[in-house]
Amino acid sequence: MVEYRIDRRSGVSTYVQIVQQTKQALRLGLLEPGDRLPTAREVVEATAINPNTVLKAYRELEREGLVEARRGLGTFVRRSLGTAPAAESPLRDELDAWAGRAREAGLDRDDMAALFTAVLEKHFQGDLT
Amino acid sequence: MTDTAGLAMEAADLGRRFGRARLSPAWALRGCAFQLPAGRVCAVVGHNGAGKSTLLALAAGLLVPTEGTIRVLGTDPASARARVGFVSQEKPLYPQLTIAETLRMGADLNPDHWDAATGERIVADGDLDPKSRIRALSGGQRTRVALALALAKRPDLLLLDEPMADLDPLARHELMGVLMSQAAQHGTTIVMSSHVVAELEGSCDHLLLIGAGRVRLSGEIDDVLTAHARLSGPAGTPLAPHTVIESRTTGRQLTALVRKSGPLPTDLHPATPSLEELVLGYLRNPGTSVTTTSPSEKAAA
Repeated sequence: MVEYRIDRRSGVSTYVQIVQQTKQALRLGLLEPGDRLPTAREVVEATAINPNTVLKAYRELEREGLVEARRGLGTFVRRSLGTAPAAESPLRDELDAWAGRAREAGLDRDDMAALFTAVLEKHFQGDLT
Repeated sequence: MTDTAGLAMEAADLGRRFGRARLSPAWALRGCAFQLPAGRVCAVVGHNGAGKSTLLALAAGLLVPTEGTIRVLGTDPASARARVGFVSQEKPLYPQLTIAETLRMGADLNPDHWDAATGERIVADGDLDPKSRIRALSGGQRTRVALALALAKRPDLLLLDEPMADLDPLARHELMGVLMSQAAQHGTTIVMSSHVVAELEGSCDHLLLIGAGRVRLSGEIDDVLTAHARLSGPAGTPLAPHTVIESRTTGRQLTALVRKSGPLPTDLHPATPSLEELVLGYLRNPGTSVTTTSPSEKAAA
């Protein structure tokens, strides 16, 4: 069973946090097909968030085909997600080389983080906000 | 016409005046109109003296409108009283009774719909001895008993005036969780006022912002937030045709909170405001016009 941690100061909307944490649990294998997600009541009792927010997140996960609601029984995982690229993947190597070049060019840690975030935002503009 | 069957609360031209008319009549509320769909958790925010407590007392049927109407659960407040739970700021309880006697009184007064287990659990979660007298309790403990009484009544509409003010952070979080679970399980509509907007942000899905006795914003929080934008860019950038709620220029930098009309220029880095930013923006600028978002048709939980 997954337990959600809601960070109200993160600037990420609450339902997106639930969607992301569920996906993270799927990637890490903490949730597997057939597992039940906590009921809206269980989530809101622990987190004090609005029940409609939980239902909205579950609808989003359902729309993506990751979970299914079974009437009167709860919401169940349908399929797992591929694991994140492992330590030696080509994508990671490219990013590693980029970070090396950026550092040589005089960028510090914050500069690089800001640049990376800006590029991510450009690619995912309009998604999940 | 809007379907009025699914409304927990509806006000039309609602006004309430205190004091005698010829001696400086003081309108606590005037010309209020809004609709609150059933199943929502609604935040009522505004300055001190904005009229929040008056509105809740009108909905509870403890005050009568001077003009206009308020309807609660599809009927008038007096007829709805058995289905409404109200916890006022003062949390009136009988000081000479024990907690157990207080809960028993609640059971006697609400014979058809008393949920004794819920009431006892809320009291027990606060480590309160049912044999303690109300007079011996702290403000926060009294709040817990008042909430236990209101929730055990299993109301369809729960009106809470500053419910969390006396509570420590742990009890706030726990009791807010209890309220949300009540809403999830029974579809209870909850209306609560608070000064601490950040505390309401995750828990409420509907907003009623009151200023100077009038409704300044009302609607689903998601809709209200996305209808506004926080902008920042070079000073002097024109903001028309958007409605400016608040704007500030610091050196070469312009920051503004606007209500959108049409697409926004991307060079002003538009971002959706947080509920707190939005509410503070409105409260700091009482001159901006009344705006109401009509409730979107969303399935109740």
